[in-house]
Amino acid sequence: MEGPIRAREALALTLFSLLFFLSRSSALHDLLISNAERRIDLSSHIVKVYLTLKVENAGSSPASEVVLAFPPSQVDHLATVEALATKGKRKKTTFVRLEVKPTELPDAPNDTKYFTIYLANPLNSAESITLEVLYMLTHSLEPFPAEIGQSESQLVYYRDSALVLSPYHIKQQTTFIKTPSTKVDSFTRVEPTNRAGTEIKYGPYEDHTPYSFSAILVHFENNSPFAVVEELVREVEISHWGNLQVTEQYKLVHAGARHKGVFSRVDYQSKPSFNGVSSFRYLLARLPPRVHSVYYRDEIGNISSSHLRTDSRKSELEIEPRYPLFGGWKATFVIGYGLPLQDFLFESSEDRRYVNFTFGCPLMETVVDKLTIKVVLPEGSKDPSAVVPFPVDQHLETKYSYLDVVGRTVVVLEKKNVVPGHNSHFQAVLFCPN
Amino acid sequence: MSSMISSDLLKPFKLKTKQQELLIRVSILCLVYILAFITRLFSVLRYESMIHEFDPYFNYRTTLYLTQNGFYDFWNWFDSESWYPLGRIIGGTLYPGLMVTAALIYRLLHFLRFAVHIREVCVLTAPFFASNTTLVAYFFGKEIWDSGAGLVAAILIAVCPGYISRSVAGSYDNEGVAIFALLFTFYLFVKAVNTGSLAWGLASAFGYFYMVSAWGGYVFIINLIPLYVLVLLITGRYSMRLYVAYNCMYILGMLLAMQIRFVGFQHVQSGEHMAAMGVFFLMQVFYFLDWVKHMLSDTKLFQAFLKITVTFAVAVGAVALGVGMVSGYISPWTGRFYSLLDPTYAKDHIPIIASVSEHQPTAWSSFMFDFHILLFLFPAGLYFCFKRLSDATIFIVMYGLTSLYFAGVMVRLILVATPAVCLISAIAVSATVKNLTVLLRSKNKVVQTGSTKGTSSGKASSKASLDQSQPFQKNGAMALLFGAFYLLSKYATHCTWVTSEAYSSPSIVLAARGAHGNRVIFDDYREAYFWLRQNTPPDAKVMSWWDYGYQITAMGNRTVIVDNNTWNNTHIATVGRAMSSYEDEAYEIMRSLDVDYVLVVFGGVTGYSSDDINKFLWMVRIGGGVFPVIREPDYLVNGEYRVDKGAAPKMLNCLMYKLSYYRFGELVTEYGRPPGYDRARGVEIGNKDIKLEHLEEAFTTSNWIVRIYKVKPPNNRW
Repeated sequence: MEGPIRAREALALTLFSLLFFLSRSSALHDLLISNAERRIDLSSHIVKVYLTLKVENAGSSPASEVVLAFPPSQVDHLATVEALATKGKRKKTTFVRLEVKPTELPDAPNDTKYFTIYLANPLNSAESITLEVLYMLTHSLEPFPAEIGQSESQLVYYRDSALVLSPYHIKQQTTFIKTPSTKVDSFTRVEPTNRAGTEIKYGPYEDHTPYSFSAILVHFENNSPFAVVEELVREVEISHWGNLQVTEQYKLVHAGARHKGVFSRVDYQSKPSFNGVSSFRYLLARLPPRVHSVYYRDEIGNISSSHLRTDSRKSELEIEPRYPLFGGWKATFVIGYGLPLQDFLFESSEDRRYVNFTFGCPLMETVVDKLTIKVVLPEGSKDPSAVVPFPVDQHLETKYSYLDVVGRTVVVLEKKNVVPGHNSHFQAVLFCPN
Repeated sequence: MSSMISSDLLKPFKLKTKQQELLIRVSILCLVYILAFITRLFSVLRYESMIHEFDPYFNYRTTLYLTQNGFYDFWNWFDSESWYPLGRIIGGTLYPGLMVTAALIYRLLHFLRFAVHIREVCVLTAPFFASNTTLVAYFFGKEIWDSGAGLVAAILIAVCPGYISRSVAGSYDNEGVAIFALLFTFYLFVKAVNTGSLAWGLASAFGYFYMVSAWGGYVFIINLIPLYVLVLLITGRYSMRLYVAYNCMYILGMLLAMQIRFVGFQHVQSGEHMAAMGVFFLMQVFYFLDWVKHMLSDTKLFQAFLKITVTFAVAVGAVALGVGMVSGYISPWTGRFYSLLDPTYAKDHIPIIASVSEHQPTAWSSFMFDFHILLFLFPAGLYFCFKRLSDATIFIVMYGLTSLYFAGVMVRLILVATPAVCLISAIAVSATVKNLTVLLRSKNKVVQTGSTKGTSSGKASSKASLDQSQPFQKNGAMALLFGAFYLLSKYATHCTWVTSEAYSSPSIVLAARGAHGNRVIFDDYREAYFWLRQNTPPDAKVMSWWDYGYQITAMGNRTVIVDNNTWNNTHIATVGRAMSSYEDEAYEIMRSLDVDYVLVVFGGVTGYSSDDINKFLWMVRIGGGVFPVIREPDYLVNGEYRVDKGAAPKMLNCLMYKLSYYRFGELVTEYGRPPGYDRARGVEIGNKDIKLEHLEEAFTTSNWIVRIYKVKPPNNRW
């Protein structure tokens, strides 16, 4: 039922966008994409899309920006967009990270949203450049059926377009979709389409006008853990005594197909390969090296099932919630650990001291819907600020801890929709001489 | 020159004997104070800082509410999460002393900017009060005997297992503060009797008030003190001091106790408190007679007057009591009170009291376990007390004897007897050791004056013993001293061992030894409660046997049908009836109670013996006590309780059996045993093909200890 409707919608969209393109082509310079290759990785619940664009300047004036277009349904789930420019050939290829910012363009057809890539050097007329774009989508796999029993495996829908949505003319394009297993129930065919093993290939398609869209739907099996942290509060407390205490409060949920009916322990224990395949028992948190006094507990006490492995480069904490998480089941817990402060405290040239700490969630392959980082500075620090490589909400708070008189200043950073790609460092300045 | 200066400087630091003695005493007390605290921390070190057992979870939950919502909300709290659909008026049905104490400590710590969690405060409240009890024991011992006895009493009570059993870290129960309050009240009262001072009387009234606010065991005080007063009156030890102390304590204590809502007007309306009132009036009559005797010089006239007055007073008292009882103004004694006076009463009349293991009569072994050497030091102490009879020693003797009787009736009342036993034993130890050392010292003096040459002490002592008329007296004294020392050190090791082995397990987390000697932890209770908390609708009602009610509300945060506050026997009996009925009958009951989930505890996989199947007969008895449909013989075969093939058909098909053993028949629990082998009872179960019609398995913990079933909604009729 849904397929044809989507197709018709897409057709209307295509026509619509064609009209727009005619009226707006001048505004977007005269770029065109000579070759677009897109690889969509559906193996976990975070959809990773690698887009390789070969952009050509067919106009007369140099262009310094390349615009990416996303349908509105994807923009809400878009966690991160990164772009790299490739230089050199083959083995000597180097990558240059480019700045990407969301932009608004006038007269966007059908609420299309845009991200602009700012090129390092303007692209002169008749030159071409290869851009590598990586973006991640969360909550984009819709479980269908929405409720499954203990012995069933989880099937999900993925919706996208067979054609890359772009404000530019695309000469040639191919899309590869990688599914986690060979079990694919159905997929929309937009010829030429073929499927081999775990890969579905759409294309190559020749000469598509801007804003071409052709809806596809893939229905496939995905039993990877749909671990979603609905809310994560990370509190990083900096002590003058050389310790950095991190407390992380998780609200974890299995966001896959909801568990229906009976949970039978005897089946779960005796036939693990047929039962609860979409559920998960373990989570792996990657913590900084030299971590000490790790604890893992929840509101009602310590959870005894966790293992810590440390080496000189990293620490891995394997945690097991009190019960296996089936679809829709929740678990809240707290992880805390201490770190030596000298690993994170730095002094800049202007005599400013700052801590350098990772931003994202230490759990592997998890999506965080709402992440709050609280950097608790030592009592008496003034005018703190934080430098984060991507946009976040910031404000200040005061916290009272042991033996505090005036309270500690807390820098609060908030961000929605965080994926492991956000695990880059941020800096919080805690001391600056006036 | 320099040595002169140094000796001059040191002079102020050189202590006199008295000061030295004080210093030693204070440092011993400090050490005892610390010892009492740290010996109770085994469970925190072995497990974690957590609340233990069942009742403490309720106390913890209410304390949390008190700290979050303030005192007035707490006082007026109607809890709809328990006793569904009745609810419970928390503020009016609990002793708030413990919660208020913990909340005050919490507030104080936060005021001093110690950002502790309320859980830590609750966990450490009992050890803290145990430490305070040692101080009270010292002062009490000093009051009734001497400071030596006080010190020994403090040491004995600091590690006595009978007290530790209820005051380890995490055992956040009323008794934790109540024993402190009890001993403190007694101490203040004895002090008041000894001094005849109004101030001490007032203090004892406030101590009594704190005790009333903390524990239902205050009834012991309000009956023991009148009894003591009565004994003093009879033995002719009546004095003005006693009159002042008792009147002040009784009147003010009564008025203060009325401020506790749970106690209310019981001091004037309930049969259990009438003895105190009777003694109060008797005291006035006595005083009046004393006055009349003083005024009248004629003894004959006085005799006549005495006869008339006493008869009149007794008659008025009896009539008042009779009228009060008949009109229902004075409530008769409660079942619990009866069961204390008559140990067999509960067994026959109130199965719900008899079903609790801590209400069972005490076995001899547990006396030995909890008191160890105190058990035979106690009679020795009594001997010393009788030898030096005073108002104070009479009190401690009466306290010891009555509480020991109650300790024999109920296991948990060993706790009440512990301070008395410790004090009396301390008198024995202190007096004996003192006698022996005096013996030793006096000899030494004789020896020193006799032989000024100052030979080695060993030689001197042998000489001395030879010189004495009683041979080997000194050696004997030495031997006895060593014996006492040996006994006391044995006591210390025993106490530490008992604390570490028996009384420091949280009972929420079960620990066992694995095949390789490693520690295996069964955390199934919390697994289940946390599952309930996270994955059931917030308004879900959970039916379980009442033992788990407090834990489900505190840890699972869900509404329960019955809990450990067993105030409504009928409600509990309804649950017992549901558990012991066939599934379709039980379904009707569960529908009428809006039950969404049923929780059972099952130890068949792990061999955990205190599970619901082993408690099942009590459910049948309590259910049958209200609903005669449930008959105990239906579940027994020739008076024997079994779950294997030979079990009664009703047993094999009742709800509890089905829920416990659902799909258990498919599981192999032990190598070389047939599937469905119940390790807790050591039999193969009798019904392996269990089908559930109205319920479905919702969750079973990893070791099967807790099983939760969902009650299905009724089928559509068409």
